Amino acid sequence: MRTLTKLDGDSRHARRELDHHIKGSGPLARHTVDSDGRRQAGSSSHHESARKHVTGKASYIDDLKTPSDALHVALGLSPAAFGTLTTLELDAVRQAEGVVDVITFADVPGHTDIGPVFPGDPIFVDREVSYAGQCLFAVAATSFQAARRAVTLATIDIDERPAHLDPVAAVEQGELVRPTHAQERGDWQATLERAQMLVEGTLFVGGQEHLYLEGQACVVLPTEDEGVLVHTSNQHPSETQKLVAEVLGIPFHAVTVEVRRMGGGFGGKETQASPWACIAAIIARRTGRATRLRLPRTADMQATGKRHPFHNRYKLAIDERGVIQGGDITVIGDCGYSPDLSDAIVDRAMFHADNAYSLGNARVTGHRAKTHTASNTAFRGFGGPQGMMAIEAAMDDIARRIGEDPLTVRKRNFYREGFETTHYGQSVDQIALLHTLVEKLEKDSDYWARRDALTAFNASSPVVKKGLALTPVKFGISFTAQHLNQAGALLHVYTDGSVMINHGGTEMGQGLHTKICQVVARELGLDLDDVRISATRTDKVPNTSPTAASSGADLNGMAARNAASHLRERLFDFAAAHFEGGLDREGMRLQDGELIAGFGESEYRLPWGELVQTAYLNRVSLSEKGFYATPLIHYDRATGQGRPFYYFAFGAAVSEVSVDTLSGEYRVERVDVLHDVGDALNPAIDIGQVEGGFIQAMGWLTSEELKWSDKGTLLSNSAATYKIPTFGDLPPIFNVSLMEGHPNSMASLYRSKAVGEPPFMLGISVWSALRDALSSLTNYQHSPALDTPATPERVMLAAQTIRPKAL
Amino acid sequence: MASVEFLLNGVLKRCDVAPDTSALNLLRDTLGYTGTKEGCASGDCGACTVALRDASAPDAAFTSVNACITPAHQLQDKLLVTVEGLETPEGLHPAQETMIECHASQCGFCTPGIVMSLFTLYQGNAFKAPFSHQVLEEALGGNLCRCTGYRPIRDAALQMQTMRWQPPVWLSAINPIEHSTPPSECEEEASFFKSPASLEALLDLRAHHKSARLVAGATDLWLESTQQLRSLDQLIDVTRVDELRRIEAAEYQSIPGWWIGAAVTYTELEALFEHHFPAFAHLLSRLGSRQIRNRGTLGGNIANASPIGDTPPVLLALGAWLEIVGPNGARRLPLESFFVDYKKTDLQSDEVISRIFIPSLTEHAALRVWKLSKRREDDISAVLGAFHYVIDGGVLSQVRLGFGGMAAIPKRALHAEAALEGQPVTQASFKAAQRALAEDFEPMSDVRGSSHYRQQAAANLLERLYLTLTAPTQEVMIHAYAH
Repeated sequence: MRTLTKLDGDSRHARRELDHHIKGSGPLARHTVDSDGRRQAGSSSHHESARKHVTGKASYIDDLKTPSDALHVALGLSPAAFGTLTTLELDAVRQAEGVVDVITFADVPGHTDIGPVFPGDPIFVDREVSYAGQCLFAVAATSFQAARRAVTLATIDIDERPAHLDPVAAVEQGELVRPTHAQERGDWQATLERAQMLVEGTLFVGGQEHLYLEGQACVVLPTEDEGVLVHTSNQHPSETQKLVAEVLGIPFHAVTVEVRRMGGGFGGKETQASPWACIAAIIARRTGRATRLRLPRTADMQATGKRHPFHNRYKLAIDERGVIQGGDITVIGDCGYSPDLSDAIVDRAMFHADNAYSLGNARVTGHRAKTHTASNTAFRGFGGPQGMMAIEAAMDDIARRIGEDPLTVRKRNFYREGFETTHYGQSVDQIALLHTLVEKLEKDSDYWARRDALTAFNASSPVVKKGLALTPVKFGISFTAQHLNQAGALLHVYTDGSVMINHGGTEMGQGLHTKICQVVARELGLDLDDVRISATRTDKVPNTSPTAASSGADLNGMAARNAASHLRERLFDFAAAHFEGGLDREGMRLQDGELIAGFGESEYRLPWGELVQTAYLNRVSLSEKGFYATPLIHYDRATGQGRPFYYFAFGAAVSEVSVDTLSGEYRVERVDVLHDVGDALNPAIDIGQVEGGFIQAMGWLTSEELKWSDKGTLLSNSAATYKIPTFGDLPPIFNVSLMEGHPNSMASLYRSKAVGEPPFMLGISVWSALRDALSSLTNYQHSPALDTPATPERVMLAAQTIRPKAL
Repeated sequence: MASVEFLLNGVLKRCDVAPDTSALNLLRDTLGYTGTKEGCASGDCGACTVALRDASAPDAAFTSVNACITPAHQLQDKLLVTVEGLETPEGLHPAQETMIECHASQCGFCTPGIVMSLFTLYQGNAFKAPFSHQVLEEALGGNLCRCTGYRPIRDAALQMQTMRWQPPVWLSAINPIEHSTPPSECEEEASFFKSPASLEALLDLRAHHKSARLVAGATDLWLESTQQLRSLDQLIDVTRVDELRRIEAAEYQSIPGWWIGAAVTYTELEALFEHHFPAFAHLLSRLGSRQIRNRGTLGGNIANASPIGDTPPVLLALGAWLEIVGPNGARRLPLESFFVDYKKTDLQSDEVISRIFIPSLTEHAALRVWKLSKRREDDISAVLGAFHYVIDGGVLSQVRLGFGGMAAIPKRALHAEAALEGQPVTQASFKAAQRALAEDFEPMSDVRGSSHYRQQAAANLLERLYLTLTAPTQEVMIHAYAH
């Protein structure tokens, strides 16, 4: 195997640097904001594509131009949820105007199972239909409309059987996509038996449609050597490369996958972007023509999996102060018909069943139920939010039971001195940060004064009730599949001094490419405009992990930094030896587009471009690759114990709502957020993630309702019937701040923290506030059950039996 | 195929397009203008928002529309502005500038649509009173963003208002389109898109092409093309029929009111309703989105006869009349006689709805309109209740209760009305009305709500009405939801 550069000397340096990092001595992101306002890591640079976004020049998959003979693909989806395919008559489809090719299961040249981690996802139905929306066949035609109309001409007979749609029943019947897993700590049975008080409850937590504005899409071009070039809206190009190669029966190196940007991903394009690329690739190879495939919105919603709905049960032993002594929590994830990523997702729900609270002696059990719906998949938070809902529900229940404010109860139960260890054995670092953060938010949001005002308001307002809640977030950062915690980068410096960086992460709007460019600009002392990312390509950086688990910047930023620092050191070595009289190697630095050596009178400056050109003429490599693997993490499934997370990100939110208890209508009036991103890589982008995550979670818990018919067909299958938050749902008062002065205790990228997922769970405060408002109807004696999403219907029905009626 | 001629960002375009081609597909597939995005192809997300006005009327306001459900043929003689048209040699439009400055794009896919909604808001509103939250909601409620949570978009909208923009010359030029051929006059019978300019011409077409579909705003009809893949190959456009575009104050059967042309859009009704029926105006602000309200028409909402259309229950409560014209002249009927069964009306195949008469409210009359939906903006009703009544000496009269979402058609609650008519405003009267309501309706369960919820919610709206009348100082609803 060839390597791009010789690494002997540098790898020693890298090991030394990594060692520093683990001990937490890395530099801070903020130190990169220099006095001249140069835009490097730590500053609020605009999104690298912002200008292209607003002018319509940013290209998404369906905007790509293809040759005039390109084919358009439409898919035939199963109308039934469960049964046996007895007839698939496609002659009329083949003969329809414009149709060039029609393929089914029998036409797949290589592997037919495209399950990403575990088998179970056939590319097309062979005989057994497992969900309504499953792909039966694909039609390629000269126009999209022709392909779509041809699809409707198929004769499909399915010997239908009653679909299993109840995950709780599935668990009782042992219908699981993966085995049940449990985590236990201490003698939880004895603790429950001897409990002073027990708090028990069940909670249904609904799923969530991703509703990325750009639907699933790809364009596949046939290449020489029986290969394909795949343009795809995709969070995991390497996996798509693997699956396309396997489906075609060709080596991986014959497949190149390119992702410039996605019009939103949120987890929905981690595994579920691949099937479409595989299908288009088969057609492209069969026909030799460029092949375009995109899912119209309804097909997208029917065919792809969503956030897992969960059924949670909790039974907690508490003392008279409401402090949890121990408990037993069960989470049941509704996985749909196949494993997909459900094992890790239910694991993450289990890892977050504690949220920020010490559970004491506890067991947490996670079931992976099999039902006849699309295979549920990754979605921002990856099971964590659903896991947290149980304990947040319990906090409110405990508060009503002991007659104290829910915030008081929450704070009492926080991880604290002597109670630092989670139910899976990881010690929680930065506990002081959690406490400080919540105290600051409590003060900044004026929680207690508002609580008093609101209680007074409720006492004199029989119909409209106000609710208030502060909920915290502690979210574990790392892929729980250890091997995914690695990343690569490829750095090129051209002879004009311009820099190209490629890395394994994909851009879905989260600003990852912006941050990576900032990192390289900082390491090489350049302005952001000097650094560019082309696209994520499997032929530039191989064997990458998905851009998921909030890890994009953590992992790829480190790899990019690794590459840049290697190159910088090489240039220093060169400069020290090359220039006349020799330059002082110690203290050499790259700053403001110059190499600077020495200090004061002996200072020597050389423009970056000149340095690069001189290095080139002296045959010094101007290209470098970087790599990073997260240290320390491990988890033992056999014992259910370990340290799965490199670190935790924290945050808290206070939400205030008004609820019309007659109609169930409500409004989020004010939200205050304080969130921990360590030392911010880009405060503006990070705040964008916090705000966007919050509103997305608010939608998940309020208006976004997935509904299926009794037969298992999705009823909420369009933007007309599935309602994500819109402009008017933005709280009139929305104060969002980043916690300052608390760099990551671990040696992450400039001591920053991941920000993609953690803020999502801040939205739980909205649901808790709704429940608080409803609780006022009982004079805060009870906590009404409120499954999610808490639609006006659910809120009205929850209020209906307990509110005083005028009629 | 027939030809359509329009100005695209100031440049004349002549294109041959099928009758059921959308403006979006024309832009993206034929003309290669891919800045305008498809997010849903059903008018629900706003990613395809573009701005339109008459090409020959530089002083007219731009309207934002969803290109995905706008018939390409309706671009005839229009100036169409897309996101590609806003950048001038002097720089970006303030909407674009501030969207960048405020970090208001993340994935960027919804951004062109948001920029275009902001552009239409800016034109004509810049440097006026700062945008209120209400103004912004009405301008942006039809643009879904899944990434940002909208806060930076709000900031961008507020900031752009005080920024100057030097528009390109073409934007303010009077630019009537000189027709190379008479537009849309294709004699092929199998496939056509005809835009008659008079009621007479419309009726003639209607009589000769009974299987042709009428199209106005296309906000519902076009989904048959984009969602159900049906061919709409014979279309008669009513939006250029002068007689259907008027609002006239008049008396009908000695009652003062207004005749509203069937092709008058919701946006065009706003000023009238704001003044005379504020509760109806508030409902309009929650009907679809700005893009939909710029296109959808009162006649279309009635002819569509959906049980969950927003205006019919209100018109029922107001006692509206329809004027229907056909080969034998005009006939008039009360709106409730028009709805026969689910999506079935009294309209014959050679007839069109020409006008709607809305009586004004009498001195002591009141109108309340309450819409319940999962989302406040741009959502379809689960239940809509419209309540008309007169209170004189503490006694209720002229009680008309129109409901949507409760039956197969928009329908009055006759039992509940009878329970209240002539009764005092007391707990007993309203309790009786609640009981009677259970006899009026047996609502169904669907994606928007369960039968039980609908029944209960409708009854609770009567309770709300009772409280409104008896406890006027009490907050009985959340302000943002109801007028």
